[in-house]
Amino acid sequence: MTEGSGTQVQHGGSPGRSRGSSRGGDRVMVPEADFTSYYGRPIVKAAPWEHDIAYYLFTGGVAAGSSLLAGGADLTDRPGLRRAGRMGSLVGLLLSVVALVHDLGKPSRFLNMLRVVKLTSPMSVGTWILSLHGPFAGLAAGAELAGLLPTRWQRGPVRLLLRLGRPAGLVGAVTAPPVAAYTAVLLADTATPAWHSAYEELPFVFCGSAAAASGGWAMVTAPVAEAGPARTFAVGGAAVELLMAHRMESSMGLSAETLHTGSAGRWMRASKVLTAAGAAGALLGGRSRVLSVVSGTALMAGSLCTRLGVYEAGMASARDPKYTVVPQRERVERGEQVRYQG
Amino acid sequence: MGRNSLFGPLDPAPDAGYTDAPKRKGFFTDTSVCIGCKACEVACKEWNDVPENLFEMLGTSYDNSHSLNANQWRHVAFVERPASPARPATDLGMPGVGAPPSDVPEDEKPDFQWLMSSDVCKHCTHAACLDVCPTGSLFRSEFGTVVVQDDICNGCGYCVAACPYGVIDRRRGPEGDPKVGIAQKCTLCYDRLTDGQRPACAAACPTESIQYGDVDELRERATARVELLHERGVMDARLYGNDPDDGVGGTGAMFLLLDEPEVYGLPPDPVVTTKDLPQMFTRAGMAGTALLIGAALSFVRRRP
Repeated sequence: MTEGSGTQVQHGGSPGRSRGSSRGGDRVMVPEADFTSYYGRPIVKAAPWEHDIAYYLFTGGVAAGSSLLAGGADLTDRPGLRRAGRMGSLVGLLLSVVALVHDLGKPSRFLNMLRVVKLTSPMSVGTWILSLHGPFAGLAAGAELAGLLPTRWQRGPVRLLLRLGRPAGLVGAVTAPPVAAYTAVLLADTATPAWHSAYEELPFVFCGSAAAASGGWAMVTAPVAEAGPARTFAVGGAAVELLMAHRMESSMGLSAETLHTGSAGRWMRASKVLTAAGAAGALLGGRSRVLSVVSGTALMAGSLCTRLGVYEAGMASARDPKYTVVPQRERVERGEQVRYQG
Repeated sequence: MGRNSLFGPLDPAPDAGYTDAPKRKGFFTDTSVCIGCKACEVACKEWNDVPENLFEMLGTSYDNSHSLNANQWRHVAFVERPASPARPATDLGMPGVGAPPSDVPEDEKPDFQWLMSSDVCKHCTHAACLDVCPTGSLFRSEFGTVVVQDDICNGCGYCVAACPYGVIDRRRGPEGDPKVGIAQKCTLCYDRLTDGQRPACAAACPTESIQYGDVDELRERATARVELLHERGVMDARLYGNDPDDGVGGTGAMFLLLDEPEVYGLPPDPVVTTKDLPQMFTRAGMAGTALLIGAALSFVRRRP
């Protein structure tokens, strides 16, 4: 069952209004809210997802950013960076598909996603975005791998594949940003308090995180001499991620608390340290092989921590009825219920 | 899609494309006459072949079905509280069985009151579960209700997180059940409605706490009932879900409650998440564009 293990069981509706639970034992920075609940039980249900989804948010971001870097590298004649980008894209996409299918309740029916095109469902939109982007990015990666074959094998279909590498890679690059951005809508379009209330900034956090992680990947895997654009991309992404995460925390109201407490709080703190350190390393020591590898790894780890933090914060906000009841009750008390205005 | 397809009052079946739909059907659950017998829970399980929920005593009054979930499509909530203000119980005209009349004077009886309410899927006008379903498994029936097609659902679980009431859930057990892994909830007995019968829970309810009918008529009946209770001094009586202008466009299943909604585990001001979807996609579009431009700028004036 979904009873939060830490939630104190209250007799629902007893006039002594139940005190909001302060779970986790972390620092409580906000005065506890008074609210009533039914025996402290959750109102909305947490998404029945595993950590696969958080990992997918990360691998999808790496794949999208890597496609962009590969496209740019191809156009500016940086074969090492292009190869790193295309491989990042391939590995990211393969891991993404595995995570997504594994998380279904009926994995054998995953193709049912392609029965309909449904604009009101970010998951449907995302499936079609991936279905458009995936084959082109895959083709470009295939061309990259074909280029590694001995010259005498590069004939017939292999030759055709090699020729398709550039156009496919460019289509892959242009279709990559939606892959990085839609996942924010995927989370925000739910009744999960910490996800929905973050809908304005979350796409920027996730796109910044994708740039930081893919730039970090390229810093680790591409030759240092060619990785200049990847460093710039990573530093810019890290800056956007940190800035927008800060704005998000101040705009999302009560449920921002879930980003500071419990396991989500630990992930978010780790994310900030790793992302800032990785960006500083990329700025100052990008020309050193060792520093490149270290800062690139830190940037990727920071991005992964961001995704895990946002994921866990959403789960925690769904499990505690406080985050559903208190903001809604406050709207009612202010006479500002959500009503159709004509 | 019509003008109000994401938010605002509308008749859901015609909006979903039915040309000759019957009148919208729904429930009015009048909790002021609920006696907590759980006949609705049992009838629902029997008719719909809903497997066991977990059986566990939580010490939460007579509630041993815990919540609405994939294996619990009707859930009777029990709230124990001191009566405020103290008033005699309403005479339901039930047969006089049980304890003989008590000699204890009224003012010496414990100051105690039970609130009981049979909760169910709200069959929202704007149903977030249906909006976000990526396979089309969830659909709007001709009766304006929201139903899962078991053979289509692939268990993505998106509807679970989208429901503002926490109704729909992915079935986790018992092992071997063919519907494990897919989303399940009340169908408003779709298979009974198509045969002109009322849902099993409404048919089984001995006090007509659960009333089934045309939503238009139920809204009028609910308004009349709450006015009657107010006249009788039950000022705590209030309606929940009957307003077509509310955050979900009004619900097909509405309630008369005797305390704040959250006391019964209901959200006080639920809003369909897809109301904000256009802005979400706009923000994501801006972020994606920024990512593309950022990538392009990273390559500007850098020759290898």
